[in-house]
Amino acid sequence: MAHAGHDVDYIHAEKGLKSWLLTLDHKRIGILYFVTVMFFFLCGGIAALLLRGELFSYNAQANVGEILKNGDIYNQVMTYHGAIMVFMVIIPGIPAILGNFFLPLMIGAKDVAFPKLNLLSWYCLMAGAALAILTMFTGRVDTGWTFYTPYSIQTGTAVSMMVVAAFIMGMSSILTGLNFIVTVHKLRAPGMTMHRMPLFVWALYSTAIIQVLATPVLAITLLLLMMERVLGVGIFDPKLGGDPVLFQHFFWFYSHPAVYIMILPAMGIISELITTYSKKVIFGYTAIAYSSLGIAAVSFFVWGHHMYVSGQSELAGTVFSFLTMLVGVPTAIKMFNWVATMYKGSIEFRSPMLYAMGFLFLFAIGGVTGIMLATLAVDVHFHDTYFVVAHFHYVMVGGTLMAIMGGFFHWFPKMFGKMYNEAGARWSFVFIFVGFNVTFFPQFILGGMGMPRRYFDYIAAYQPLNRISTVGSWLILTGFLIGLYVIIQGLRKGAKAPPNPWGSTTLEWQTASPPIVHNFDHEPVVTAGPYEYK
Amino acid sequence: MLSWIIKNQLAEVLIGRANAQSFMPTQASEIAKSVDSLYSFLLIISLIACVIVIGGMIYFAYKYRRRSANDKTAYISHDTRLEILWSVIPLVIFLFVFAWGWIIYHDMRTMPKEALEIQVIGRQWAWVAEYKNGVQSNVLVVPVKRDIRLVLSSPDVIHSFYVPSFRIKQDVVPGRYTSLWFRAEVMGEFHVFCAEFCGTSHSGMITKLRVVSQTDFDKWLIEEADSSLLPPVEYGKKLFTTKTCASCHFEDQPGVKIGPTMKGLFGLENHEMVDGTTVTADENYLRESILASQAKVVKGFGPRSAMPAFQGQLSEKELSAIIEYIKSIK
Ligand code: HEC
Ligand SMILES: [Cu+2]
Ligand SMILES: [Cu+2]
Repeated sequence: MAHAGHDVDYIHAEKGLKSWLLTLDHKRIGILYFVTVMFFFLCGGIAALLLRGELFSYNAQANVGEILKNGDIYNQVMTYHGAIMVFMVIIPGIPAILGNFFLPLMIGAKDVAFPKLNLLSWYCLMAGAALAILTMFTGRVDTGWTFYTPYSIQTGTAVSMMVVAAFIMGMSSILTGLNFIVTVHKLRAPGMTMHRMPLFVWALYSTAIIQVLATPVLAITLLLLMMERVLGVGIFDPKLGGDPVLFQHFFWFYSHPAVYIMILPAMGIISELITTYSKKVIFGYTAIAYSSLGIAAVSFFVWGHHMYVSGQSELAGTVFSFLTMLVGVPTAIKMFNWVATMYKGSIEFRSPMLYAMGFLFLFAIGGVTGIMLATLAVDVHFHDTYFVVAHFHYVMVGGTLMAIMGGFFHWFPKMFGKMYNEAGARWSFVFIFVGFNVTFFPQFILGGMGMPRRYFDYIAAYQPLNRISTVGSWLILTGFLIGLYVIIQGLRKGAKAPPNPWGSTTLEWQTASPPIVHNFDHEPVVTAGPYEYK
Repeated sequence: MLSWIIKNQLAEVLIGRANAQSFMPTQASEIAKSVDSLYSFLLIISLIACVIVIGGMIYFAYKYRRRSANDKTAYISHDTRLEILWSVIPLVIFLFVFAWGWIIYHDMRTMPKEALEIQVIGRQWAWVAEYKNGVQSNVLVVPVKRDIRLVLSSPDVIHSFYVPSFRIKQDVVPGRYTSLWFRAEVMGEFHVFCAEFCGTSHSGMITKLRVVSQTDFDKWLIEEADSSLLPPVEYGKKLFTTKTCASCHFEDQPGVKIGPTMKGLFGLENHEMVDGTTVTADENYLRESILASQAKVVKGFGPRSAMPAFQGQLSEKELSAIIEYIKSIK
């Protein structure tokens, strides 16, 4: 080798906490994100368990379910569950952990385009998160993660601080997006044309575009909210001549595309998993790649489907419903492509593949219920009920979380150079998958029966299904505990991983496990597409 | 034409009414029935889609499971005909569903001309219905088989008026009026929920919608209008509910304790406030507490009172009746 430092793997290249906190290596930054996001996931998860515990019983009859003392505390826990899971887990989850780690490796680059900016993004997330957590000690927040006005202007809780926190975390998201766009355009290895990029890279690329274009709108909205709360300038508050529905338009103009920030990278992972474990070229590469871009583009024009009953005009509702139906098509295309990829493959049921199949199962249900919600008249009944809660957990948790878990087990040997216990990983899948359905399927029915969301207490008729749902949440907990155990065991005692344990064809598997500091010994030269399984 | 086919024929033939009802609430109006037909259609289509996708996945997973490490797999990169097919078919279905949903939505949004109009105010955390003759009530009482139009407004934050049995919902937005109509086909009592998060007691913002016969309705309206002739304490007791006081000052609703109890309040000496001062709870204190709640805030409920100021919302007669009622709770 040219000089010795180069074949040391990135984990052992340097030692000490400082070497991690000041690292510019995209792989190490990925690990930093991994550790912190896991911690946030734990916080958000505990909140979820508390909420489900509270809802075990309705109060008037029995107090066994009464875990949170009153409505205010429930509302706060509900707010933290949503805000943490959205802003601190799902949005940074895939791009910042797996994206950071694998995007450069998959296109044969040494690092991302702006390593310092990359580290800064992590610090932004940390600063925002610290502030968000600090609000728990300075009055807490009870608005729900949506911050709807005028409630968010009038409530006495620490909304201002939380808004600043979300603002700073948004900054992190923008910087990551920017970095990825430039990296994809500028740092591809020789021969790595756009059409030879793995689909995970395409997904990250589309996501990055949304991050860069949509997040500033959130920032502006939050700034306006601050101006109103702190300076008393009338924008959203009717008492000051403002319009509260305007806030909803702004908010969803960001938050609907943000839904795709959360799901597109997950879809990218699924493409990787299905090809690898079917040992087969992906079906419809171009369709999948461009449908990501298509989704990214159309996603900016459908925000009003969250507002059919908000008082917006009938015409607006109609247009938004129509456009939403259009977004359904590229999503359906992807589903069919994945299933078609399995046709005549050689399918190996390793845990990442199980997660990928779990994804297809849950996302199919999440998808069709999405169409129901996009349908005007039907949504009038389902809007703001548990049907919506069930739907978005099916796509966000059933979709994104399944993909994170699958992707994580898929790339674990590459990231840490160790193998994990396959049986354990399968058990964790079984518990999470079954528990997930037990928790959230009854919520579709509850929504149909009319149970509104964000309810601290409910009428007697809703109790049996709520009980089932709460029991499901304990199964999910068990699944994640098993998963955690498998990870820790793998890290401590796992056998040494070969460079390419799954026989995958993408570039990241062509280097050592774990990769060396500069990723590749020699700059790779690409001569074919990403999935040339023969 | 399309709309007629959809509403009358298709729904009947394809679905038969029963299946969506199995877990949806009672269908108390025609709109509810048409929403359910569309929903049943969606359920069936969804089921088919899931069987294709999930079933296909499971079938392939079994059929093409790995048999040996060096299995040969087919190299199929795409199939344009197939891809067009599975783009166009969903598109057609989606557009069809969109149109059907729109038709019903249009009915929901088009206000009938000769409707009975009722003002409904959603406030933290109670519903108040105001009838044309001045009657106020927390329970919404309406006659059966008549078009009802609700004009919704809110003095504080956004709420959402939701009656599952009618499949209707409309946000109640401060600073503007929104409206909603329905026509009850059956008599009975139905739940009204607040569906938009509005703070502490959002989940307590539940009331009843009572559908009665036209004669019962007329009788009820007259009886309610006469209630101001009741003795002050009883009138006050009634007002305590209709003016939403009871939604915060409620003794036996567990979980929600928003305002202090009224029990034994009157005549209390050394009654402590947040700022450390004490007062004697006489008539004037009660009056001030109700009209300008921020002036003196009870210890343990501050620094800002959650209670809205009722200045300008109660007549002198109503105010003194409420005070008489509070005095009577010992
Ligand atoms: C939104 C909830 C809410 C509503 C509605 C409400 N109150 Fe209150 N009320 C409170 C709270 C909280 C306090 C304690 C803070 C304070 O002193 O203002 C309070 C205090 C009071 C007090 C003083 C109690 C004491 O111990 O000194 C009186 C009297 C009172 N309310 C009467 C009424 C009446 C009469 C109505 C209806 C016209 C009403 N309230 C409606 C929340 C409410
Ligand atoms: Cu959306
Ligand atoms: Cu509410």
